[in-house]
Amino acid sequence: MSRSRTERLVNLVICLLSTRRFLTAAQIAAIVPGYEHDPREPRGHEAFQRKFERDKAELRDLGVPLETGTTSVFDAEPGYRIARRAYALPDVHLDPEESAVVGLAARLWQHAGLAAAASSGLAKLRAAGIDVDQQATLGVEPVVLVDPTFEPVTAAVRARQAISFGYRVPEADQPTTRRLRPWGVVSWRGRWYVVGHDLDRDAPRCFRLSRMVGAVRRVGRAGAYTPPDVDLIQYVAGWHGPVERRGRAVLSIRPGRAAGVRRWAEEITPGADGDRVVLSYADPDWLAGWLVGYGPDVVVLDPPQVRAAVVDRLRRIAESQSGRRAVLEEAAR
Amino acid sequence: MTPTTGRLGRLLNLVPYLLSRPGIAVAEAAGDLGVTERQLREDLDLLWLCGLPGYGPGDLIDMALDGDRITITYDAGIDRPLRLTTDEAMALVVALRLLRQTPGMGHSEAVDRALAKLQRAAGADADAPVTVGSRGDNDRLEDLRGAVERRRALRIVYYTASRDETTERVVDPMRVLVTGGRAYLEAWCRRGRGVRLFRVDRVDACVETGEPAAVPAEAVPTDVRDGVFRPSDDLPLVTLRIGRGARWITEYYPCEVAEEQGEDWTVTLRATDLAWATRFVLGLGTDVEVLGPPELAGAVVAHTRAALANYPEEG
Repeated sequence: MSRSRTERLVNLVICLLSTRRFLTAAQIAAIVPGYEHDPREPRGHEAFQRKFERDKAELRDLGVPLETGTTSVFDAEPGYRIARRAYALPDVHLDPEESAVVGLAARLWQHAGLAAAASSGLAKLRAAGIDVDQQATLGVEPVVLVDPTFEPVTAAVRARQAISFGYRVPEADQPTTRRLRPWGVVSWRGRWYVVGHDLDRDAPRCFRLSRMVGAVRRVGRAGAYTPPDVDLIQYVAGWHGPVERRGRAVLSIRPGRAAGVRRWAEEITPGADGDRVVLSYADPDWLAGWLVGYGPDVVVLDPPQVRAAVVDRLRRIAESQSGRRAVLEEAAR
Repeated sequence: MTPTTGRLGRLLNLVPYLLSRPGIAVAEAAGDLGVTERQLREDLDLLWLCGLPGYGPGDLIDMALDGDRITITYDAGIDRPLRLTTDEAMALVVALRLLRQTPGMGHSEAVDRALAKLQRAAGADADAPVTVGSRGDNDRLEDLRGAVERRRALRIVYYTASRDETTERVVDPMRVLVTGGRAYLEAWCRRGRGVRLFRVDRVDACVETGEPAAVPAEAVPTDVRDGVFRPSDDLPLVTLRIGRGARWITEYYPCEVAEEQGEDWTVTLRATDLAWATRFVLGLGTDVEVLGPPELAGAVVAHTRAALANYPEEG
């Protein structure tokens, strides 16, 4: 965009910051260079109005708080000004350690949009006189990856506006359309979720952002609800629940094999035909599935429930294999 | 953001930036603000033409250029940066919250103080609707971070899941990174003579050797922006047909779904090792069928039979 337009906009900001009275469009046109025109000439006047509308939109996009109003009751037409208090970043003082963590935080985002917002935010802090060390590291480097729906979803929460989106869990064949009044976005164990009131289920629900398919659409009006003051983590963490390992299994493991199982052992007693390994577990079926992966290297001695679950899994696997072989042989004949 | 908004924002920010740093070198300012020196000089040329209505010599922004050093002598009223936008406040505030909850991260009090100050400065805009789950700290991570900070070599006992083996090795720590909810130690592995990422939850023991870390010059940090496990094309390609009950693997392993046919999906993934793939497939039970390679299909059948033979009384 042209140099003259940027120049005009800087002058417009300076002009509106310096005035305490509201200035009408006509007054602005007479003061700020770049708006010169003859108001009696309709085409020139229209061109000015379009230009001025575009410039106002540009300032608002940038976050410049453009105020509209009248200075006295006798003013027929509303004017414009920028209140210094609304414009200026309040004083911020950060000590070196604080500015180091802010510098590190600004580098966290790998996502283009958020990375740009973080660095322009940082540039403003620098302009407020804060020195931010861009090379600072604090021993641990977090890398944050966000899903593309992060921005539209957080924007909808801020607008307090319901959203509609396609959602697909791997177990389903087709995405379903869900409608939600989002309360907030949660980061939990490296994944992103949105929690809110599901309008179709009429109950609180939690959705994984990575499972959203297609665009997130706003539905209904903005400001339609107030998110309840609840701990959103509870809704997400509730899925995972604390794991209590109450069961105790005794296994026989071939010497030197199944290192992955041995890592969890509470006792290992070496034996001639295998090491006797004791470990505790929470869910017998989960344990059986995991141990089956180690094939002939691991034998379950106790409890009978886990032993039976392992044998049952192995048998079903063997049956499905021979079933497939029969089909293949049939096809070959 | 349109190009004008970008440049306009930069210009409005440039004046207070220079104002707070009288006599700053052009090169330093350009580096700080992420622009080239040439761009910065063009911005300064433009600012010179801007100022208060009247636009006479006393109204325009004025500055002293002493060789390569700039000092603003008149700011025409733009002496403060513009407030943070909602997006800027959110990007910084959420990043600080993520930092606060990163396991093993020290400096949490500094993060809290910085958060409080930014939130005060940004007002209602800083009220980012994003909550970050609690850190699952562990002592191991604290030890590893300490070794990175003190630049000490480490002797670690590490479980390699792909080979299902636990080995001891000496490593020269480079950094600890946390991504996707998991922490990794990046280090130069003396045994393997290469840079390795060690999952912290698989480091079963670690002790400092007493020597300083000696990371060779050829050690380059891994680019993890596309994930930590980046399968290379020379690894064996495994093709599986999976049932509904095994579809979860597509969210947890770097799989490609080649075909969705009713109930069954055909997926492909690169396996570091066929023995790993055998354990993986057997662990999925009856919800999976191996389409290739044939060695894997054979190994799965052989392992199933051999395992069943371990339970003769149930047979």
